[in-house]
Amino acid sequence: MPADGYLERLKREGRIVVVGASLAGLRAAETLRDEGFAGTLTMVGDEPYEPYDRPPLSKGVLLNRTTPDHTALPRRRALDADWRLGVAATGLDMAAKRVRLADGEELEYDRLLIATGVRARPWPHEREAELDGVFVLRTRDDATALQKRLTDGPRRVFVVGAGFTGSEIASACREREIAVTVAERGAAPLVGALGGVVGEVAAQLQRESGVDLRTGVMVTGLEGDSAGRVRTAHLSDGSSVEADVVVVSLGATRNTEWLTGSGLGAGPRGIACDAGCRAFDIRGIVTDDIFVAGDVARSPHPLFGYQFLSLEHWGNAVSQAETAAHNMLCKSVDRRPHMWVPAFWSSQFGVNIKSVGVPSMGTEILISQGSLAERRFVGVYGYQERVIGAVTFDQARWLPFYEHLIETTASFPPPFATVDRRPEGARPVPADFPDPSVPTHGPTVTLSGYSPADRRMTFTPGRH
Amino acid sequence: MTQGSLLRQILEYENRHDPYPLYAELRKAPVRNEDDAYVVSTYREVLSLLHDPRVSSDARNLTQSAGIDLQGQQEEETTLPPSFIRLDPPEHDRLRRMTNTSFGPPHEPRRVHEMRGELGGIVSDLIAGIGSTDRIDLVEQFSYPFPVTVICRLLGVPREDESRFHGWADTLAASLDPMPGEDPTERNKVFQKARTELGMYLAGLIEERRKNPRQDMLSELSTLKGPDGSMTTMELLSTAALLLVAGHETTVNLITNGMLTLLRNPDVLERLREDPGLSVPIVEELLRFEPPVQLVPNRTTLADIGIAGVTIPKGASLWLVVAAGNRDPLRFEDPDRFDPDRKHNEHLGFGSGIHSCFGAPLAREEARIALSELARRLVNPRLLEDPPEYRRNAVLRGPRHLPIACDDIRP
Repeated sequence: MPADGYLERLKREGRIVVVGASLAGLRAAETLRDEGFAGTLTMVGDEPYEPYDRPPLSKGVLLNRTTPDHTALPRRRALDADWRLGVAATGLDMAAKRVRLADGEELEYDRLLIATGVRARPWPHEREAELDGVFVLRTRDDATALQKRLTDGPRRVFVVGAGFTGSEIASACREREIAVTVAERGAAPLVGALGGVVGEVAAQLQRESGVDLRTGVMVTGLEGDSAGRVRTAHLSDGSSVEADVVVVSLGATRNTEWLTGSGLGAGPRGIACDAGCRAFDIRGIVTDDIFVAGDVARSPHPLFGYQFLSLEHWGNAVSQAETAAHNMLCKSVDRRPHMWVPAFWSSQFGVNIKSVGVPSMGTEILISQGSLAERRFVGVYGYQERVIGAVTFDQARWLPFYEHLIETTASFPPPFATVDRRPEGARPVPADFPDPSVPTHGPTVTLSGYSPADRRMTFTPGRH
Repeated sequence: MTQGSLLRQILEYENRHDPYPLYAELRKAPVRNEDDAYVVSTYREVLSLLHDPRVSSDARNLTQSAGIDLQGQQEEETTLPPSFIRLDPPEHDRLRRMTNTSFGPPHEPRRVHEMRGELGGIVSDLIAGIGSTDRIDLVEQFSYPFPVTVICRLLGVPREDESRFHGWADTLAASLDPMPGEDPTERNKVFQKARTELGMYLAGLIEERRKNPRQDMLSELSTLKGPDGSMTTMELLSTAALLLVAGHETTVNLITNGMLTLLRNPDVLERLREDPGLSVPIVEELLRFEPPVQLVPNRTTLADIGIAGVTIPKGASLWLVVAAGNRDPLRFEDPDRFDPDRKHNEHLGFGSGIHSCFGAPLAREEARIALSELARRLVNPRLLEDPPEYRRNAVLRGPRHLPIACDDIRP
């Protein structure tokens, strides 16, 4: 068959371009080689560094336990790739199958993988964002700069946004005995991802560790001194905080601008793709040569009502990259769907936090093991009488069990007894997620489709 | 073959040298009710029950009488409280966490890491002391004394008392063995005596270390004051006895089974001799292929659990046959082949979940150093008996003696 011949040729002498040289890009490239791709492999990355790992940047690096140049991702195998580092992709011509680079070069491809990920959302007021001492934390350079400033011994660090990254930064500051104020628009830290019940525990942890935590407030402005150094943060409740370092931790923006006008189904929420990682074009038609993986992708997931799910999760990047790479090289019947159950971890204030599923979809929470008061517990999230997510504080070894409940759409609340079920966990309580129309720090899981139960259009057949 | 017979056959001594065909038979029904116990033998099911919060390790939750006495009652008859291996959260978590602060991993692998040099020294001394190479009992002369010496150093037992420890450890480990049909009275007496003697000895040592703390675990545990409070003397005694038993017999068997397997696979032994780094995957494969803990016989269900088409009722006695799961062909390709190059070798050799082996980092290090040194130094080693004589224990399975010979011992 001609299609088979094409695949043979593709594997032998094809050209594959991977845009995005981070976790997803690297693992995809390794999988391509593992699966026998012998053609030309080009890796495009806008940062000058070889692929590195981001989780240490907000943990070990800020604690001075490791340095940013020690975060390079381990290689699973030799790649034999043509690396274009420090050069951003600036455009895509789908018809001619070419990627344009910032240096004017154009790369032709037979298959393209887009893994451009996300970047930190900057402070919206440009002049204030440029003040000396105002940081975001996403890249290796960000971490290097912030780590240096923390080592200089600031009098106070001010963190805008108490999502996972903001909370980890605050935790690192306290561990280094640096005074820190955290301002959060929601009612508690982590509230967007885990809800108010768990957020309250996170708030207690922060306060007990000496964080000056301000919730339910917005930051209205950052003020600098005459030398252009940040000095004061003004809050919506009329108060102000003196700080010489400000870290803006307002979630992430997807790197899709370079695809504007290309005809690919890319926008602020990411690039829509099917369960096999094939990108959609703007007409809703699936492409057969452009694949997507990692933070920038959004794909339908059967466990969550086939809504489009985009995940800023380490494990998702790895798994989706492997699936995309596999599917790039095989016949349609051999393709695999990407059906990863979302999983996430964080480490802050001495607590190991892990979650599976999509807690933010939950309406209720049941503490099925341990106790909130001890900050060691398993919380199970329920949505329409089924288990939809789970979170653990220092109880991670139980998570595979709860993941299985989510995968098998087990009923909620779980009817059975467990070890260490306390009286407080006898019945579910409202999980207390904020109204999604009120923005807080960006959640790391976004559900961005319509629910199939939602009827937005009425189809009227023609009458004869 | 009757339904009830498989479990008993596994416990029968005559099948000790090779229980694997019986495990294969077991796996034909992943969950089976035998002798009033529910026996689980397939990888997926064992793994899932090890993570199942409806499964309790606390003997007090056992309501159905198990047809085969597990001797679990013995522990309760003593004055010592159960050690954390027989407790559920939150008591389990508290004790394990406190013990961990002194042991090291996962946050800082310091104690095991710092012991590397000392482990190498002990191994070196033992090999140097082997003497005649015509007939070496690897168990008596090497793999038995090694871990008990390590545990003693770890806990802070003075060297002159180490030999007394060997005796107590031996007796306590033997009591973990389910023995169908045997009158437990006499065994119980011996066991109680050893436990009491060990307890009194440790109590004295703890008292001494409290007054004059050193760098050892007993000192650190007895002076520990943290967010979890302190350990009572009784808790500390139970914990120390647990570390002694769990950290001892298992490592003896890991090393002995290891050498036996290597001598049966001379090509791998030769590769190890040339590349000591190969000891890492070899030890992992050994933990799959010949796990020192073959089955976990002391779990209880807190609720009805539906698994693999069977409902295990609440209060049932649960036996998780990890050694059978490790050879499940649905999980491991060609499972009866010893293959150190195996990929994705997530074996059940250390269990999984909250009770996963506490001493795993130390056991791995001990086995790696022991096996790579034996491979390097023994010239042309060979087995003198195959299969060797096994210990009675079906749970902590391993040879009682391993007679080998070699041409010479390299310096």
